[in-house]
Amino acid sequence: MIKSKDLLGIKELTSEEIYHILDTASGFRDVLKRDIKKVPPLRGKTVVSLFFEPSTRTKTSFALAAKRLSADFVNFSVSTSSVVKGESIRDTALTIQALGADFVVIRHGSSGVPHFLSSILDMSVINAGDGANEHPTQALLDLFTIQSHKKSFKGLNVAIVGDIAHSRVAKSNIYALKKLGAEVRLICPPTLTPAGIEKLGVEVFHSMDEGVKKTDVIMTLRLQLERQSKGFLPSLKEYYKLYGLTTERLKLAKHNAMVMHPGPMNRGVEIGSAVADGPQSVILEQVTNGLAVRMAVLYLLAGVKK
Amino acid sequence: MNMAIINGHVIDPSQNIDGPKDVSIKGRKIQGLYPRGKAPEADKIIDAADCIVVPGLVDIHTHLREPGFEYKETIQTGTMAAVKGGFTTVCCMPNTDPVNDSVEVTEFIREKSLKEGACSVYPIGAITTGQKSEELTELEALLKAGCIAFSDDGRPVTNSLIMRRALEYSKIFNVPIISHCEDLMLSEGGVMNEGFVSTIVGLRGIPKAAEETMVARDLSLCELTGGRLHIAHVSTAGSVKLIRDAKSRGINVTAETCPHYFSLTDEAIISYDTNLKVNPPIRTADDVEAIKEGLKDGTIDAIATDHAPHHLDDKNLEFDAAAFGISDLETAFALGLRLVDQGILDLKHLIRKMTLTPSNIMGIRKGSLVVDSDADVAIIDTEKEFKVDSSEFLSKGKNSPFNRWPLKGTVEKTISAGKVCEWK
Repeated sequence: MIKSKDLLGIKELTSEEIYHILDTASGFRDVLKRDIKKVPPLRGKTVVSLFFEPSTRTKTSFALAAKRLSADFVNFSVSTSSVVKGESIRDTALTIQALGADFVVIRHGSSGVPHFLSSILDMSVINAGDGANEHPTQALLDLFTIQSHKKSFKGLNVAIVGDIAHSRVAKSNIYALKKLGAEVRLICPPTLTPAGIEKLGVEVFHSMDEGVKKTDVIMTLRLQLERQSKGFLPSLKEYYKLYGLTTERLKLAKHNAMVMHPGPMNRGVEIGSAVADGPQSVILEQVTNGLAVRMAVLYLLAGVKK
Repeated sequence: MNMAIINGHVIDPSQNIDGPKDVSIKGRKIQGLYPRGKAPEADKIIDAADCIVVPGLVDIHTHLREPGFEYKETIQTGTMAAVKGGFTTVCCMPNTDPVNDSVEVTEFIREKSLKEGACSVYPIGAITTGQKSEELTELEALLKAGCIAFSDDGRPVTNSLIMRRALEYSKIFNVPIISHCEDLMLSEGGVMNEGFVSTIVGLRGIPKAAEETMVARDLSLCELTGGRLHIAHVSTAGSVKLIRDAKSRGINVTAETCPHYFSLTDEAIISYDTNLKVNPPIRTADDVEAIKEGLKDGTIDAIATDHAPHHLDDKNLEFDAAAFGISDLETAFALGLRLVDQGILDLKHLIRKMTLTPSNIMGIRKGSLVVDSDADVAIIDTEKEFKVDSSEFLSKGKNSPFNRWPLKGTVEKTISAGKVCEWK
């Protein structure tokens, strides 16, 4: 059973809750394979997306998930420009609630915004990414994808590669994988290593060749291209040389290692095309699974008594 | 009018007094301290039984927000908050709108505080025009108009050469240059301490080095120039160490910290409570220990509030967008008393750091009950427990991370220039 009406982060979930979501998602994956992909459980419910950062894939994934469950889905357009000072986030959220929505799916560049909304709204709040804090549904779909290829999370060796410091995907995955008993390695340059991260029980590598050795799963992260101008990296070329996932490097991992990426990819920056399109890549499968996982989240939160 | 405060326990570090005494006030001045029952007859008797009677507290770091930000605080509401917190003297920082870099603004603050203020207000002038770190303000004119010290608080003096000149030039007048130590390149975009907790909550961190590199720069410049440097709001263990070392080498530096830096750690920010957002940020347990040690061994001379009131609209936002600052005047003394309970300072030492030393740093005749000084007195029940309720603050700023904290030590009465302040 899920206890909270909101999905704020993986931090807030127990391992039982995580497994429950994955089990539920598994049922919805079967639904998505049918000819008629729509089921009725959320008929009459309204899901509103409130995205303060540009996003196509996550928003579309949530929209389809809601529609597959027969919910109404509305996008609340907000200016993503920081130059235009619009109304406060609090006022926007209360407006959406007053319109009678049941769920708000929020993405915001500031960490803690879903928590802030959770404290003022009665409706369910789903975190679709907040600052450098968490992106819980991404981690859940990553777990779901791993689970369909590997027997167990216990003892599994997972490497997360790239801009850990700014990555909410990395953070959610660290929490999730650790909760389920996997070993997590982080491979990143010192400038993109968050302070004190090893206290979470992860091992940090600055050498990619060392880090990928004997791993079962390699998750590469998108590198925001502006990191270079902020002095985190001398050049994208050098980044690819040191941290890009190439065919040669992939050979250092276990022979059946999975290659994952949350998308959108920068080919030739964090990952080589031969790897991204190669037989070990599950990148498109992640996208498909995202739909089932988001259906599971909506479905389960709808069942939580408010 | 004559007044007598009887039955109280007087603590006045300026005269090394710590015992039962009656205080006699004549008009606006202290007439003297007398053995119990020996005070001259008075028109008004105040019974201070079970209380300590101390010089009115002196805050050398206050943001009164007027002129320009009257929706956050005014001289009237800020000084009311002060007297409720036991303070009878506040030194207000110049980051108003317009900035206090001119005789006109200084005179405005002086006149307004004489007319509407509940206690003494001393303006601190800007070091540089518009706090832009480009040109020095006219120190002589500002001092003549009523400023007592200079600071660009809220911002560092980014130009090291200008900072050098400020420390040099101010020697003419022997006044302190108060430094807000922050390397803006290192702190850019940061909203809390950089460390494990900032990693966990995903908020941008401000490294301790952003403060410490500037402390080190200013200590160097102080040594070079022989000027008078005062370091504002010390928040890190590294800063304490740098200042301790400088003092041991005879550098002319003083330092202050604020109640939040010895009362809170960054772990509280897990809640994303924007009332915890302050600059410099709340640090870690190690820093809190070092600050306490610095207070104990005298490295940190004074406790100031850095009272920074904000409107609810400036705090009821996402953490990144919320304003920096804590409304501190009405909880500062009770938080200080916790240091006494923890055995860090004895009560007399605490009173000294909130009365005599801050007055000496600023070169003002305050913080003392010596004969003929201003009749500024706080009467405090150090045992009485209460629960902080920020909605009852007299300050317009209800932005306190200490809301609902159980504390001890209530200010029963404050007398400012011989007048009993009314707030209940």
